[in-house]
Amino acid sequence: MNYHRPTSFEQASAIAAAAAGVTRFLAGGTDVLVQLRAGTVTPDDLIDLKHIPGVKEIAPTAEGGWRIGVAVSGADLGRHAGLCADWPGVVEGMRLVGSIQVQGRATLAGNLCNGSAAADSVPGLVAAAARVSVVGPQGRRELAVEDIPAGPGRTVLAPGELIAAIILPARGARGGDAYLRFIPRTEMDIAVVGAAVNLRLDGDRVAEARVALGAVAPRILLVPEAADAILGTPLDASALSALAAAATAAARPITDRRGTAEFRREVVGVLVCRAARIAYQRAGGAAT
Amino acid sequence: MAKDETATFRLIGTRPDRPDGLDKVTGRARYGADVQAPGMLHGAVVRSPHAHARILRIDASKALALDGVKAVVTRADLPSGLTGEDWNLQENTLAGEVALYDGHAVAAVAATSKLRAQDAARLVEVEYEILPHVTDVDEAIRPDAPAIRPGAADHSVPTGSPPNLVRQIDFGHGDLEAGFAAADLVREQTYRTEATHQGYIEPQACLGQLGADGKGEMWVCTQGQWYIRRMCAAVLGIEAAQLRVTPSEIGGGFGGKTTIFMEPLALALSRKAGGRPVKLVMSRAEVMRATGPTGSASMDVKLGMTAEGMITAAKVTFRMQGGPFVGASPVGEALSCALACYTVPAVHHLGLEVLANRPKAAAYRAPGAPMAAFAVESLLDEMCRELQLDPIEVRLKNAAHEGTKASYGPTYKRIGLVETLQATKTHPNLSLPLGPNQGRGVAAGFWFNHGGETSVSLAIGEDGTVQVSIGTPDIGGSRASLALMVAETLGIPYENVRVNVVETGALGVNEPTHGSRATFASGKAAVESARQAIAQMCRRAAAAWGIDPDAVEWRDGAAVPSGDNAGKFPPMTIAEIGAAMGSTGGPISGHHETTAGGVGASFGVHVVDVEVDPETGRTTVLRYLVVQDAGRAIHPAYVEGQYQGGAAQGIGWALNEEYVYGADGRLQNPLFLDYRMPVASDLPMIDTVIVEVPNPGHPYGVRGVGETGITPPLPALANAIAAATGLRLRSLPMSPPKVLAALRARANG
Repeated sequence: MNYHRPTSFEQASAIAAAAAGVTRFLAGGTDVLVQLRAGTVTPDDLIDLKHIPGVKEIAPTAEGGWRIGVAVSGADLGRHAGLCADWPGVVEGMRLVGSIQVQGRATLAGNLCNGSAAADSVPGLVAAAARVSVVGPQGRRELAVEDIPAGPGRTVLAPGELIAAIILPARGARGGDAYLRFIPRTEMDIAVVGAAVNLRLDGDRVAEARVALGAVAPRILLVPEAADAILGTPLDASALSALAAAATAAARPITDRRGTAEFRREVVGVLVCRAARIAYQRAGGAAT
Repeated sequence: MAKDETATFRLIGTRPDRPDGLDKVTGRARYGADVQAPGMLHGAVVRSPHAHARILRIDASKALALDGVKAVVTRADLPSGLTGEDWNLQENTLAGEVALYDGHAVAAVAATSKLRAQDAARLVEVEYEILPHVTDVDEAIRPDAPAIRPGAADHSVPTGSPPNLVRQIDFGHGDLEAGFAAADLVREQTYRTEATHQGYIEPQACLGQLGADGKGEMWVCTQGQWYIRRMCAAVLGIEAAQLRVTPSEIGGGFGGKTTIFMEPLALALSRKAGGRPVKLVMSRAEVMRATGPTGSASMDVKLGMTAEGMITAAKVTFRMQGGPFVGASPVGEALSCALACYTVPAVHHLGLEVLANRPKAAAYRAPGAPMAAFAVESLLDEMCRELQLDPIEVRLKNAAHEGTKASYGPTYKRIGLVETLQATKTHPNLSLPLGPNQGRGVAAGFWFNHGGETSVSLAIGEDGTVQVSIGTPDIGGSRASLALMVAETLGIPYENVRVNVVETGALGVNEPTHGSRATFASGKAAVESARQAIAQMCRRAAAAWGIDPDAVEWRDGAAVPSGDNAGKFPPMTIAEIGAAMGSTGGPISGHHETTAGGVGASFGVHVVDVEVDPETGRTTVLRYLVVQDAGRAIHPAYVEGQYQGGAAQGIGWALNEEYVYGADGRLQNPLFLDYRMPVASDLPMIDTVIVEVPNPGHPYGVRGVGETGITPPLPALANAIAAATGLRLRSLPMSPPKVLAALRARANG
């Protein structure tokens, strides 16, 4: 195994593009190192991104949003007052990943690139309409977060391509987001179901909404039908029941060791309503 | 704490610092994997990926060609001709003709580094012929199930029985028909429990060395160094006394470390590698796939009860699997514990042991008792609800007491179930109001406790401090409890006693720390050893004073002249006697060995309050109460720790833990990520009440407290969920998908 320590994303991309075997990028390492030790993935080239300038920074963007470096840990996100105020749903999703020790290392970009449909930080990013800045042999491009996963354990990124930063849009006024997951325990578990809701209010009515669901399909789902179910409503009982029905209808879960398909279909409807109520309150709406 | 006040003590019942505390919090304690030796090699094990497969060929040539690989062993390197449990142990150590479960060891490799050994293990080529498999206990007992080990059944099984039925146990007493006829309510139900693992935090680990001369040493994480010695010697065909086994500090065992799994492989590899020591440390996945969880069970229970709540008759039929070996399931213990709490006029037990393609079950904290309690205590609760009777009052009415003929045969001596139930009734938790979707569950439990082969030595130091050598590894605070009992007996400070868990060369045979026996049996032998030392010290003082030894008493850590001589000489302290002993007759020690009798059973009652989320089926434990008879709590903090630990493991078993097998017979959740033991934040602080009904068979009244605590939680949780939801779950775990499915099934009529 070759260990590389590039000092720019372009250099990292060049190393990856030239590598022939199994290549992994190392940021927090909470997936890569575990897989390495378990013998499930043994990279031929391991490219450490932590020494590229700026990768541990959270910086405001010109548009009023945030640019999050690829080596920013969950603990760093939780300590950042501005980010927590703007995007509490994104932050709480990331904060659910692993233990306190894991939080000191794990990153949003790593959670996204691991390609799991149960990734706790991804539904919140998708609901927030977050984008990623990608560096590759052909230069830079920007993609929506929901377009990155290709299926379990896979992404759409081409050989030599890597994520350089995660970009959250401006929060703006009267907005709120929330993420909830279901696990049978209280922590140290993988989502059986996840649901994120991001919305903006006009008066007491939902003016904009994005709903993302985790662990109910091979990929994390952005569900416009679920968002439509609450648009224009004050998130009343009928809106919530339409939201639950839309989420359940969109889910395409499997039965596995973590839960049954039937359970996931039902509970995704429950969680999406609970998350919507929290987001609604965070946006300044009255409790529903 | 419902303390026994009939005796007063200086130290017993106090809570001094644990003797191993500093070592453990500073990382200085040496666990199984911490031992190193010069020239050490590292081992790795090749395991079957199939649930059931004939081994056609093993080719290790590529592994052996790898630089740094020093030895490969297969079954061909072990002696043949073993029988009975020795054969079972050998077959489980390394598969012979057939791999019997996913994870069954097939070969082992030793190399100069762990990574190299793991690489080499991947290069060992094994050709398999996949055979049909069965993992579920009810499927395994079917007449058309794939036969796992034809001819393995013992004499108790009638010919023409299903192929995997290998052992049948049948006992009881009283007139069953008359008993059921006398009942106002007779109910019969079937209950199922899934296999669970002890989940000790320290994986199996050992360092073994064995020379061509048959002399060997082993450092190992175990509950019983003499069991390791005997079992390794049998599997490898060496002499027991030539193998010296030293136990490490132990990161949990719960019964799972009373037997061998990979330990003989370290020795076999060492022997083949010219006697170089070989270290073997299991990964968590290996622990889950290839050490011994408990069995799984399918159980029918029939109870008869009068309108007033008196049990008139009971009939239980338990089907259990413990993997592919006869005698590995805990079905016998389960039957004996099933109705042990009650006075039952007529009772019949039938046990059916079934083979399955799963790992060989090992002991897990009160083996069999939690499953049995789940079945019996659940049905008892159902009948109490049907008859609108208070569950504690019904248990009090039927409670076994001194003189009761136990359901499993013997007549009880002094036991404390009635006192335990009474202490439960008056606990404040029982009068706390419950909210919507909340429910309270009650259940009782029992464990025999155990005496067993025990050998202890004690020696007085030159400064009057005392060392105690015991053979029972400390898995729950026994070093502190033994130091307290010895210090109490000798009349010296707790801090002046050091209790050492010693290697096999230092004492006679000791059974492991199992059966909740260490504080009872090693404690009893240590107290007897202290009394011998006291007698010797009194003789030394008498000789110095020139008086008759009978005229000397031992008081407050010193020899004191008594009777006519009282006051004639100043007390001679243990320190003074110790300082002079070289010139007064030599070292002073005490030693006691016994197969300890006088065991006293321990009964417990648990009360749990839960809330069930009606939208997700998730159960939250709101509060939890353990009330249990300790006989006497030597170190109450450790007793409380045992009560809480038993409850915590039981809660996990009840709610989420299970072995999940795929259709291919492979274990789907061999890591803690998906084997869902409770984490700290899942549990409330567990309330405890120590009841003390002293055991007359122990000098300080000890009963043993380690195991009873895991027995009531399974039914207590089921009873609480029934109270919260009105739904009776008869299959564990009561995970959210199962609870939600039951809620939906009811809603859909």
